[in-house]
Amino acid sequence: MGASGDAVVVAGLRKRYGGKNGGGLDGVDLVVPHGTVCGLLGPNGAGKTTTVRILATLLRFDSGRALVAGFDVAERPDQVRARIGLVGQNPAVDEVLSGRRNLVLFGRLHHLGAAAARARAGDLLDRFGLSDAADKPVKHYSGGMRRRLDLAASMILSPAVLFLDEPTVGLDPRGRAEVWQAVRELVGRGTTVLLTTQHLDEADQLATRIALLDTGKVVAEGAPGELKARLGGDRVEFVVRDRSRVADAARAVARLGTAEPTADPDDRRVGVPVAAGATALVEAVRLLDAAGVAVDDLALRRPTLDEVFLHLTGRPADRVEVRK
Amino acid sequence: MTTMPETVVPDTGPADVPPVPSGGVRWALVDGWTLTRRAVAHWVRDPAPVVFSLVFGVLIVLMFGYLFGGAMRVPDGGEYREFLMPGMFTMTMLFGVGHTAQAVTADLDRGVIDRFRAMPMSSAAVLIGRAVADLLLSAVSLAVMVGVGLLVGWAATGSAGEFAAAIGLILLLRFALSWVGVYLGLVLTGPSAVFGAQTLEFPVAFLSSALVATGTMPAWLGVIADWNPLSSTATATRDLFGNPGVGGEAWVTQNAVLMAVVWPVALLLVFFPLSVHAFRGLRG
Ligand SMILES: Nc1ncnc2c1ncn2[C@@H]1O[C@H](COP(=O)(O)OP(=O)(O)OP(=O)(O)O)[C@@H](O)[C@H]1O
Ligand SMILES: [Mg+2]
Repeated sequence: MGASGDAVVVAGLRKRYGGKNGGGLDGVDLVVPHGTVCGLLGPNGAGKTTTVRILATLLRFDSGRALVAGFDVAERPDQVRARIGLVGQNPAVDEVLSGRRNLVLFGRLHHLGAAAARARAGDLLDRFGLSDAADKPVKHYSGGMRRRLDLAASMILSPAVLFLDEPTVGLDPRGRAEVWQAVRELVGRGTTVLLTTQHLDEADQLATRIALLDTGKVVAEGAPGELKARLGGDRVEFVVRDRSRVADAARAVARLGTAEPTADPDDRRVGVPVAAGATALVEAVRLLDAAGVAVDDLALRRPTLDEVFLHLTGRPADRVEVRK
Repeated sequence: MTTMPETVVPDTGPADVPPVPSGGVRWALVDGWTLTRRAVAHWVRDPAPVVFSLVFGVLIVLMFGYLFGGAMRVPDGGEYREFLMPGMFTMTMLFGVGHTAQAVTADLDRGVIDRFRAMPMSSAAVLIGRAVADLLLSAVSLAVMVGVGLLVGWAATGSAGEFAAAIGLILLLRFALSWVGVYLGLVLTGPSAVFGAQTLEFPVAFLSSALVATGTMPAWLGVIADWNPLSSTATATRDLFGNPGVGGEAWVTQNAVLMAVVWPVALLLVFFPLSVHAFRGLRG
């Protein structure tokens, strides 16, 4: 496994926490090629944090194999640590020190000289919009500021592999966009990212490939589009203006579908899975017009990852509340 | 990725990562010092622990000096306050064990330790940082105690060199005991366990020559007390400060200065590796 190999290779990774019917990992397999973003998706307790902590050398595992940046996590943790950045699920910054002192501290511990560490801290504070609060103790920071500082701290040296464990929890939309932008820039410079998230749109935004984790196992893996395609591809959906015409509308578009249309009289929504994408949309307009049914919101849509998730795990993805 | 905007991410790209992580003794010490400065910065932002430590030192000197000042007999007929002061200094170093353990436990609860552990740092650096910071605080605390002692009439009659040597032995003991504290802080989980460890400091302190001459104890207790590392440092510093009450026939007492070096070095040799091992073992 050399520099030309994959950035992360995980095979048959098992981990049992002590205790009662304890959770853990039950044979995780995962490959993340260099320079890509892998989204690790899963509900609470699926094992996302466990996987990330093992790969970041913070946690031992029972069996299996894990390589990061070409080095065995169990045998060469020192080599792995020299090549990774970690943003854990809980911010890992010093609460007492100021944001600037934190970044200078981590810079020094990465063996930057005093001046270089200070300069780098200044750059990162600017970059993450923390300059105004740079000299305030972190305990007075908002959740979002703390997250951004945490992210900045893991980018002191652009790491070869960056682990992000739910990096945008608690951030407002602007904060999320900033984090996403920072991640994209790092990826542009050759960093490989393994990102866990419960925000399916986040994985959709950033990830080249997605692995779906459920009760300690990868239950599905692929590009976002591929995963969606497993649910039968595109659907034509629309809302019928007149509640009494819902059944008529469903009958009118039935011959377009690759399966029976679904019709929900309560919210007047009708949907039908189609094979021929855009052509089907035009055809639907024509058929509805001919049947004299007035509709709103007519659209061709692909299944969301939420739907993929529900389909593959039998449960909806647990969404994490975004603060405010 | 072709429209990537200019960023401030510097030239230190993935390819520039040093092929060999910066382990080794030198970096353990450099990083340890960086983390010592972190602890000192904490004290500047939140001076309460420093203030308590200094007040404790002053109180203990005044309390023992005045409450028991005349109450006890010293073997070679000296003044009890003269006898007591080196014992106080030594005993305070022992009480530092609990503080160190507490600081380590508190630090482990903070997320930032995870970041240290995921960085290419020596496993010893975090612990060295703690031990050296506590040594610095103890040095300040000791200086204050010595000052107060001198104010209330304690005097060292030895040479300046002997005075310095005595201070050195006390701080050497403190440094060695820090590693006991670091180890306890790593293996004892929860504040109640640390509290238990702090309670154990009292029998260790009283079963030594810090407060009373071991000759006044029942014979078998006296032997245990003679071999208490605290006794070696207390006796050695009494000797060096030129204070009374050095007496005692036991070999370990006769060779107190030697043993005041041997004991701390032995403690270090045991508890430093144990601590580093325990820190690595945090990977549950
Ligand atoms: N320290 C621990 N001791 C015992 N069990 C644990 C421990 N940490 C995690 N677990 C269990 O292991 C399983 C996986 O946990 P993990 O934290 O990896 O899940 P996750 O996917 O990150 O969940 P979340 O979305 O809530 O962060 C869960 O069942 C959890 O209860
Ligand atoms: Mg988690």
